[in-house]
Amino acid sequence: MQRDIEIAELRRLTQYIDDNFDYDFKNYAMSSFTRRVRRVIELYKFTSVEALIKKFKNNPSFFQEFVSEITVNVTEMFRDPTFWSSLRDEIIPDVIKEHRKISIWHAGCSSGEEVISMCILLKELDCLESATIVATDIDQSIINKAKKASFSAKNMELNKQNYERYGGKNDFLSYFVEDEGFFYIKPELIERVSFRVQDLVKGNPFSKFDLILCRNVMIYFNQTLQNEVLKKLHGSLFKYGNLAIGSKESLIWCDIANKFVVVNNEEKIYKKIKD
Amino acid sequence: MNSSFFHNKYKGIVIGGSAGSFKPITKLLADLPKDFPIPIFLCLHRLKHVRHGFIEALSIKSSKPILEPLDKEIVRPGMVYLAPANYHLCIELGNTMSLSTEGLVNNSRPAIDLTFKSAAYVYKEKLIGILFSGANKDGALGMKAIKDKGGVTIIQDPEESMMNTMPLSAKQVTEIDFCLEAEKITNFLLDLYKAYQK
Repeated sequence: MQRDIEIAELRRLTQYIDDNFDYDFKNYAMSSFTRRVRRVIELYKFTSVEALIKKFKNNPSFFQEFVSEITVNVTEMFRDPTFWSSLRDEIIPDVIKEHRKISIWHAGCSSGEEVISMCILLKELDCLESATIVATDIDQSIINKAKKASFSAKNMELNKQNYERYGGKNDFLSYFVEDEGFFYIKPELIERVSFRVQDLVKGNPFSKFDLILCRNVMIYFNQTLQNEVLKKLHGSLFKYGNLAIGSKESLIWCDIANKFVVVNNEEKIYKKIKD
Repeated sequence: MNSSFFHNKYKGIVIGGSAGSFKPITKLLADLPKDFPIPIFLCLHRLKHVRHGFIEALSIKSSKPILEPLDKEIVRPGMVYLAPANYHLCIELGNTMSLSTEGLVNNSRPAIDLTFKSAAYVYKEKLIGILFSGANKDGALGMKAIKDKGGVTIIQDPEESMMNTMPLSAKQVTEIDFCLEAEKITNFLLDLYKAYQK
């Protein structure tokens, strides 16, 4: 498809999806969402947005494939190593000291790299046993991948470098079992993690947490939706619970920004101070 | 030079570059007046895992403050924005910027093509795209998008560029309005500045 996708076409698409599949993409950020839709159209050689909608009509099960393609699943273990060291040195020890346990939600966990980073971090702090971890994503197939927790040797190189920059003291690869070029996380490390499918947009708060990681997820939403989702994250935090967003995200523009204080501005870690 | 380019209706300038572009771009930023009014978006290939240092290096001689925007930050006149390490930078309708961690494009994140295309979509004929030295093809299709929407396309003269693949690739896929040495690119923007003073 050579020409630009028009806003009216996108509206027809998101409306059709909302009416038929109960997913709401209407407030996704325009430029990245358009790019993702175009990508699907080119990948499956559709001629237009209309042709994509027609495919949904003829074959509703195609929708799950669409969700997998539309969501961005680029992630790394220990991405932004200094963020992870501040969790290790400040945030998590404080929670453990206060409550002797910690509940953590990875909202938008993708293929689980950050979940694994967290488990390794907790293991090294000797408090993995004190943690309850929930990891959610909108996409069933990526949740399956996260549960499988296998990584290609090529990706492991970067993960290992990040771990070393984070100041990890162990042999990083000792947390994995290698099999035919793939590295599998040792099952005991992630056995406490509950992986679930959950849509941040349509889903409701389901529990309360001491720490929520929602990094580089809300960047795919427009400001209206960022506001709505932030309210849900706020509602899912205990008072004085911590929220971590991506290093280039901000709460400044959100309606309920005043219910949080900045704990670490460089790493974008906030603390809920008001209900 | 055709005087029809010198008006005061521009909404943005996007600048892309890779290997060999750092020097001419720092020079350009040093030579621009502090109150140069058009927002500038820099998308330069940079080390993925080095979050600090680059903006400081760029800022040393710059007459204007340079910012790495946060997601959904509002575009303000006269500012210089630099695509952060490991994020794509896009311009959104409604005068904001957005960041994205989508996969590498042309082996790059930030990718010049994404910044240029999104800016072309939003600013149309009120956009100037400038592509400096670089050793890959990133930015070429972005320049085409700018031209297709009626914007102005400028490349650093490939003769002068330390690496000419980037400007030459743009020239192969679209019409280039001006092929200039780095110093002349600065002069072009200074002439434009005068148009804004009137």
